[in-house]
Amino acid sequence: MSTLPMDHNVDCLSDDPRQRAPLVLGHEQFDTVTSEILRCNEAKRPPLAWTICFVFSVALMTMLMALVGYLIVTGVGVWGNNNPVMWGFPIVNFVFWVGIGHAGTLISAILFLFRQKWRTSINRFAEAMTIFAVICAGLFPGIHIGRVWLAYWLFPIPNQMDMWPQFRSPLLWDVFAVGTYFTVSLLFWYVGLIPDLATMRDRATTKVKAIAYGFFSLGWRGSMRHWHRYERAYLLLAALATPLVLSVHSVVSFDFAVSQLPGWHTTIFPPYFVAGAIFSGFAMVLTLAIPARQMWGLENFITMRHLENMCKIVLLTGSMVGYAYGMEFFIAWYSGEIYESFAFINRAFGQYAWAYWIMVSCNVICPQLFWFKKIRRSPWTMFIITLFVNLGMWFERFVITVTSLANDFLPSSWGWFQPTWVDMLTFLGSFGLFMTLFLLFIRFLPILAISEIKGVMPQANPHAHDHHHDAEDHA
Amino acid sequence: MPRYHFIFPRWSNLLLPAVIMVGATAPLYVAFVVAYGFSPTTTDVGYQPEQPIPFSHKVHAGQLGIDCRYCHNTVEVAAHAAIPPTQTCMNCHVQIHPESENLAPLWESYSTGRPVEWIRVHDLPDYSFFDHSAHVNRGVSCVECHGRVDTMDKVWQVERLSMGWCLECHRDPAPHVRDPDLVTQLEWGWDMEDAERIAEGVKWQDINKLHPSQDCTTCHR
Repeated sequence: MSTLPMDHNVDCLSDDPRQRAPLVLGHEQFDTVTSEILRCNEAKRPPLAWTICFVFSVALMTMLMALVGYLIVTGVGVWGNNNPVMWGFPIVNFVFWVGIGHAGTLISAILFLFRQKWRTSINRFAEAMTIFAVICAGLFPGIHIGRVWLAYWLFPIPNQMDMWPQFRSPLLWDVFAVGTYFTVSLLFWYVGLIPDLATMRDRATTKVKAIAYGFFSLGWRGSMRHWHRYERAYLLLAALATPLVLSVHSVVSFDFAVSQLPGWHTTIFPPYFVAGAIFSGFAMVLTLAIPARQMWGLENFITMRHLENMCKIVLLTGSMVGYAYGMEFFIAWYSGEIYESFAFINRAFGQYAWAYWIMVSCNVICPQLFWFKKIRRSPWTMFIITLFVNLGMWFERFVITVTSLANDFLPSSWGWFQPTWVDMLTFLGSFGLFMTLFLLFIRFLPILAISEIKGVMPQANPHAHDHHHDAEDHA
Repeated sequence: MPRYHFIFPRWSNLLLPAVIMVGATAPLYVAFVVAYGFSPTTTDVGYQPEQPIPFSHKVHAGQLGIDCRYCHNTVEVAAHAAIPPTQTCMNCHVQIHPESENLAPLWESYSTGRPVEWIRVHDLPDYSFFDHSAHVNRGVSCVECHGRVDTMDKVWQVERLSMGWCLECHRDPAPHVRDPDLVTQLEWGWDMEDAERIAEGVKWQDINKLHPSQDCTTCHR
């Protein structure tokens, strides 16, 4: 048995456990890898599909800006937030976008520390997605505060009023958690980009490009010392980012769990939110990866195997989310607490039952289709399923936020939340912001981590063929 | 295909410490600017507008010893400390220096019935509610907020009147309270030692059972 060639890759990507599925297809040489990944970046004109998407996204983003302007000029009354549902769309959208950001850090940090080499093909744009999603997320609490010109009150800055944020409030913890998350994600993404930016600098055909990429590649020359420090820094940042995967969405869940409201005040919230975040994040990675891989012609790097792996994670986390939904009901019954029981029966059969069942169908039932290999290997089916997952995860936050607030302890204070057209179009517009940033990213920055991908090709291991002989020599 | 190579020139190494310095000190700078630059100590204290009549508090309240409440007569019963009507001035000035040029606007007001347009020196924002009677009746002297008006020819703003400044006293009133009968004795306590003054304050805090509220809604209603 020991005569089987041992590969240093620990990924188990093939159906045949004795063989590793290749992570990169169709490339014998490193230089063809670079030119294939950068083909669309270096082309004079982007693909037509990109231009169409870009125009559309910029239009949506413009609408978002106009609505934010309208909001600032008029006041938060343009939204549907009102007594008793004071937290409407803005918090729902905030949690939705922050959740999406989580896959990026999971892929970039945790999968890196666990030496999951298949991450190299997806980490760059997943991290970019994280950053853009957190930008969209940050927008909502920012404009939700009413007087946006006082947004700096969110931070504990000494002031003449002797007034500080409420340090016992999870909303303040959120400011720190999301702020840290954004900073670390941005640094991590940027550090990873440096060698590839230097590649783009050296291949630049115009002076402007050469100087721009040269500036941001910080004088990278690819020396041994550069690589050594780069890899140290990358490892440290990965270690720093790892706890954030768990902490950020836990803190977001505290916004709800620390309050006393039935349906919110539960200990399951942190793990349940983290699982949901990774679930929605991976769904969004797939939603972006499938068209991007087609548009940019990256099928050799983001292989069917990569997509399949992500489908499996979506299936796993989707099932965890489904378990959490079930467990919430069980505990509501098991606690014997009438308000808690009511909150959950009301979710499933009350005035927002439609939202609840959209959530369950999209989040619990839909991903179960990934048990079928045929579906896991059909990109456009996956694309549609992940769209439903994104929809379902938005509705999850809607259900949590709105049902508990609309029907709390006192029937006399019950209400009904009605979003306005501004609410809905602002949410739609946030996709414009997200997509605009993402499209700019894939046009001007390397969509895949070129240098890392080369590192996981068999050619990168100069001793790959010696291993067998060594084993014989020592035998 | 033309290729351009861009590597940082050697002198750019000098920029590195500068960038690190700026990055490290910028947050401190922002905190400093917000804390001190935007503070009323910087922006408001010392405000001394020109009034339509060069009325001297130094002469009236100081040398002549007219009690504050002779003119600001609502101060013990109302939130607002009244600006006296022209008639109050005329109680004396029909007799005293009636021909003075400085008093021309007063005579005009007296004959037309249009009030003199005094300029407010101590102006709190509209979103904060301040009640003069609540303070004066509990032994907070005029001097605690307005300073030694009895020594000012032209009144100016001595204190910050900021929220932090209000809270200083609401958290620890002892150094600022006294016998309620002495609230208009602006010179009282100035020659005391700190310990003596505070002991006096503690005594009157106990007597009047002063526990100033720190709720938001006390002032922001």
